[in-house]
Amino acid sequence: MTFFEAERLAINFGGIRALDGVSFRVDPGQVFTIIGPNGAGKTTIFNLVSRIYDPSDGRLTFCGEDITRVSPHEIPRRGIARTFQNIELFEHATVLQNVLLGRHAHRRSRFVEELLFLPRVRALELEHREAAEKVIDFLDLQRYRDSLIVNLPYGVRKVVEMARALCAEPKLLLLDEPSSGLSVEETEDMAFWIQDIRTLLGITVLMVEHDMSLVSAVSDRVLALNYGRPIALGTAREVQDHPDVIKAYLGG
Amino acid sequence: MRFAFKTSYAQDLGLFRDGVQRNAYIALFLALLVLPRLVPEYLGDLSLVFIYGLCGVSLMVLAGYTGLVSLGHSAFLGIGAYAHVYFAQDLGVPWVVAVALAAAVTAAAGVLVGLPALRMTGVYLTIATLAFALIIQEVFTRWDRVTGGLKGKPVQKAVVFGLPLGHEVSFYFLCLAFLIAGLWLTSNLLRSPTGRAWVAIRDSEVAAQSMGVNLAVYKTMAFAYSAGLMGVAGALFAHKIGFLAPDIFSVLLSIQFLLMVAVGGLGSLHGAVYGAVFVAMLPVVISQARDAVPVWLGQVFAVFGREAGRAVFSLVDRFVKQPGLEPGIFGLILVLFILFEPLGVYGRWRKITLFFSTFPLYKHATFKRQKSYMRSERLR
Repeated sequence: MTFFEAERLAINFGGIRALDGVSFRVDPGQVFTIIGPNGAGKTTIFNLVSRIYDPSDGRLTFCGEDITRVSPHEIPRRGIARTFQNIELFEHATVLQNVLLGRHAHRRSRFVEELLFLPRVRALELEHREAAEKVIDFLDLQRYRDSLIVNLPYGVRKVVEMARALCAEPKLLLLDEPSSGLSVEETEDMAFWIQDIRTLLGITVLMVEHDMSLVSAVSDRVLALNYGRPIALGTAREVQDHPDVIKAYLGG
Repeated sequence: MRFAFKTSYAQDLGLFRDGVQRNAYIALFLALLVLPRLVPEYLGDLSLVFIYGLCGVSLMVLAGYTGLVSLGHSAFLGIGAYAHVYFAQDLGVPWVVAVALAAAVTAAAGVLVGLPALRMTGVYLTIATLAFALIIQEVFTRWDRVTGGLKGKPVQKAVVFGLPLGHEVSFYFLCLAFLIAGLWLTSNLLRSPTGRAWVAIRDSEVAAQSMGVNLAVYKTMAFAYSAGLMGVAGALFAHKIGFLAPDIFSVLLSIQFLLMVAVGGLGSLHGAVYGAVFVAMLPVVISQARDAVPVWLGQVFAVFGREAGRAVFSLVDRFVKQPGLEPGIFGLILVLFILFEPLGVYGRWRKITLFFSTFPLYKHATFKRQKSYMRSERLR
C-alpha cells in the first residue's frame, strides 16, 4: 500500500503554471523535504495536499486512498496535519486552547451534549486535555500554557503551531518552513524535535525548508523544485551536489 | 495578588476560575434577588437590562467569538417576538412551548441567513445581514394576518405554567432566569469543542479548516444558535414592551446591539452583560441627568447672583430638552470608547481589578498598546 504519493501534480493560477508534473512518494517513517528557490511552488504543494487548492491535474494518494477531491476539513481526520509558513495561530486564545483545537479532528461530542455540558463531554474534554498535555510536555511548552499567543515571541509561536498539529495525532505531518524566523539555537532544537517526532512518535514528516543545515540533518529524501518542476530527487547530499540545483540557486 | 493554584485538569473545565470567583457570583445573584425590594421604581429598566443581556450574549457568540458581525439581529429579535405572540395568543399554545417554538423559528431564520453568508466575509457579510434586517421589517409591515401590520399587535401578559406573571417583580425574575440560563448554555458551548472551533474561525479560517473544522457547519451553527437566543429574547421583549409594531425592529436596534457588544468588550460574555447594562441604563441616566443637571448648574451659578443662576438654568435646560440629544450622546460615548478603551467596559474592569490586586506594584505599561511589527501580531 502506498503511504503517500503525489502523481503528476499540476496547478494553474490564471496563465501561470505554478506546478507542472510533480511526482514523489513518501514512505512511512521518512522525513521528506522539498527545497527550491522562492516561488518554486513548495508551499503550493502543501496547499494542494491540505486541499486548500484544487489541482488542475494529477492525483494524491494517502494510505491507499485517493484524497484528490476530499474536502479540506476531512484531511486531518484522515491523518494529515500541517503548520503554516507565516504562522496561523488563534492569536486571542491561550497556547492551551490553540493546542486543544488540534484535537478537533477527534471530536466525538455532539452539540446538544455540549450545550448542557453532560458528564460525557467532561470526560471527553479531560481526555483531550491529557492528549494536549502530552504534546505540551513533549515540546517543553509548559510555562507558556496559559499565555495568549499575542504575547509570545516568534520562536515559541512556531513551536506552538507544531504542537497544535501534533495534537491531531497525524500519521503525516506537513511542516512549512519550520526554521524560518528562528535563531541558530532554535533551529538546532527544531532539528532535534523533528527527529524525535519521527523516531519517538513514529510520525512521517513532509517538510518545506530553506535552511540546508536543518535539511541535511534530518531529511531522508530531498526533492528540489524550480519553477514548479522537479529538478532533483535523492538524499540531501546528492541533491545539494546536483548541477541543476546549483544552477537554480546560483543562476548561470 | 491571588494565583490560581491548579492541581487537576478538571479545574480548568469549571465555570468559575476558583472559589473566590464563584462566591462573588453567588453574592451577585443574592443581590439580584433582593434588588426588587431595594429599587422597585427601576424594576422595568432592570428587566430590560436582562433582556438586552440575552441579546448581547447572542450577538457576542456571533460577532465576538465567531467573528461574524451582523446587523440583522433586530430582525431576529422581531421574528422571535412576533412568532412567540402568534403562537401564544393566536394559536393558544402554552407559554413555554411558544417560547421554544419562537426560538426554533428564529434559529431556522438564522440558518437561512447563515447559508449565503458562508461565501461572504467581513463588511460584505454585515451588508448582507443589514439587507436581511430591512427585508424582514418590510415583511412585518406587510404580513398583517400574522403581525397585525402597521396597526400593531397588543401583547398579553405572560402566563407560565398557569401562573400569571403580570406583575413586574415576577417578570423581573423570569427575565433573570432566562439570562442566567442563556449565559450557562453559552459558556458550556464555549468550553467545548464547538466554542473552540468558533474562536478558531474568528482568528484564522484557513488554520481552523486545516485542523478539521468544517467552516460551513460551524458558521451556520453560530448563526442558528445566536438567532435562537435572540428568539427567546424576542419573546421576553414582546412582553416587556406590551405592543408590537414593525418600526420597533428597525436597523437602529441592531446598531444598538452592536454598540452593546463593542462597548462591553468583544470576545467575553462579561462584556455582553456590561454592554447591556450600559445600553439599557444610559437612557435612564440621561433622563435623570436632564432634570438634575440644569437645576444643579443653576444652583452653582447662583453664587454669582440669582439672575446668573436663573440664566444658566434656562440655557442648560433648553439645551438638554432638545429632541435627539440622546442618540447624539450615545454616539459620542461609542466613539470615545473605541478611541480610549477598545477592550470595552470589561477591559476597563480588568485593568481596575489588576490595579488593586497588584496595588503598589502596578505597572502602567501593562496594557499599553503599541504598533505591531510582525504580520502575525496584527489584529485581523
